[in-house]
Amino acid sequence: MSENIKIVKNATCTFCGCVCDDMELHVDLDENRIVKTKKACVLGKAWFLEHTIEKDAHAAMIDGKKVSMEEAIEEAAQTLVKAKFPITYGLSDSTSEAQRQAVAISDIVKGNVDTTSSVCHGPTGMAFQGVGESTSTLGEVKNRADLVIYWGANPAESHPRHFGRYSVTAKGMFTPNGKKDRTVVIVDVRKTKSSPVADINIRPKIGKDFEILWALRALVKGKKVADDIEEQTGISLETLEDLVERMKNCRFGVFFFGMGLTMPRGRHFNTGALLALATDLNEFTHFVAKPLRGHGNVTGADNVVSWQTGYPFSVNFNRGYPRFNPGEFSTVDLLSKGEADAAMIIASDPASNFPKKAIEHLKSIPVISLDTKSTLTSKDAHVAFRVSTYGINTTGTVYRMDDVPITLNPAFDSPFPGDEEVLKGIKKRVQELMLARHNANGARGEAKVAAARIQE
Amino acid sequence: MAEKIILIPGRSSKQGTSLNQGKLKDEYIAVTSTLEMNQDDMDRLKLVDGDEVRLINDVGETIVRCLGKKPEDLPHGTAFIPYGPPSSQLMASDTAGSGMPLSKHMEVEIEKISA
Repeated sequence: MSENIKIVKNATCTFCGCVCDDMELHVDLDENRIVKTKKACVLGKAWFLEHTIEKDAHAAMIDGKKVSMEEAIEEAAQTLVKAKFPITYGLSDSTSEAQRQAVAISDIVKGNVDTTSSVCHGPTGMAFQGVGESTSTLGEVKNRADLVIYWGANPAESHPRHFGRYSVTAKGMFTPNGKKDRTVVIVDVRKTKSSPVADINIRPKIGKDFEILWALRALVKGKKVADDIEEQTGISLETLEDLVERMKNCRFGVFFFGMGLTMPRGRHFNTGALLALATDLNEFTHFVAKPLRGHGNVTGADNVVSWQTGYPFSVNFNRGYPRFNPGEFSTVDLLSKGEADAAMIIASDPASNFPKKAIEHLKSIPVISLDTKSTLTSKDAHVAFRVSTYGINTTGTVYRMDDVPITLNPAFDSPFPGDEEVLKGIKKRVQELMLARHNANGARGEAKVAAARIQE
Repeated sequence: MAEKIILIPGRSSKQGTSLNQGKLKDEYIAVTSTLEMNQDDMDRLKLVDGDEVRLINDVGETIVRCLGKKPEDLPHGTAFIPYGPPSSQLMASDTAGSGMPLSKHMEVEIEKISA
């Protein structure tokens, strides 16, 4: 470690959706790495301390060979424009400024844009549309919540500071004693590292979340529940009735829910049932429901895609206007059915995480990859950009899991460009190529004016 | 002999920290190839910690190493594995019109790989 140390205060960790913005980082400017963190959790520590600038990595490569940035941008743009059905996927570990560039590119090439939401809380997004969202910020939870229910989530391992900063031990305006002022319930099929935090642990049978949620709704409304509910779900009627009383009589209740509801059978029906239960409870008290979001800016991806297209993910521009249809325009489906003929993957690794059939098709089409590290996706990409890391090397905006935007305070410079810069370059070239194509066929109106401007 | 179990892929602290080192690095590969099992199930299948097992379903198969957990921590007949390339090998591409492949509670066959 050198003596050339810079201290960065109020830095933001973008590893998970908590987006903790109270970090102190000690940066060795000679070695270009973070050598010490204060306030970071185990995941945040790894995020900062493992971040190194790989000296032998190239900023731009085509088919594994080093090229100039201009050549790579040209090839990426040509690939997207030549494709009949180009798709863009990823985006949840990018700044919102980069996300909007990616949406614009998809719009220009009449392709498809989807985010990692579709294999994360996509079913929650669908349930929001069907049921609605009783929402709040995490600040309100910290200050007011006296009943906190985690359902199908293990924040001790996925969001380690969630308990301390917002929901369990955090001391707020009306919760001055932290945990003593709260009842914490965890509903999970297995014992996890989160379980010891709970006052009440509920362990249902596997795949019975919907049935339990629906039974709770019935009990909240004063209806009778079948006598064999315990046999069906593994949870006794007494336990369910006790939970209902606690929910109806709390001052401010909150559900935090995770992949335990969105990933198994039932998907958006599970999340819809939980959101409907939260709505029902507002007849009696104040109750909200928040998804625990995984990646640092997956919430931003939902926001940006929504404000630009009207829909949160799985958006298609083939007809020149946005259409939303998970199951048809979601990336797993597009790849598994062999429909996409080029893919731009931003800050994501579907070659590692997607179903086998989707990976097979991804490997058969030209891929443009933007990533901070080498992954299975970037390794086989036709055009691979090595980009700097948001929050550590580049500034920008990210959205915390409660939709609160936070400006990033980077620690040190990277020799690699930010993904916004690369995407801006691709967008400019894609626009030129598309306008040239229109102009060759006799552009009219605004397209002709725009084409003439480019030629100038 | 093969036996059916319910597989629960999910997040873990080690998976989170090792992916920061890099997904192509040994630690991430080791973490995502470790199957946590109910110790009673392991005893019945004559498995000990570190044994290699093959997981198979209609979609594909993968080889992982098993690690025992207290029977009260993980229900009988279930196993947990951190998300990663091995669990993806068993994930079906059908999303039932939702965009989300069935990624938890997958029924798989487990069999010991003879040394």
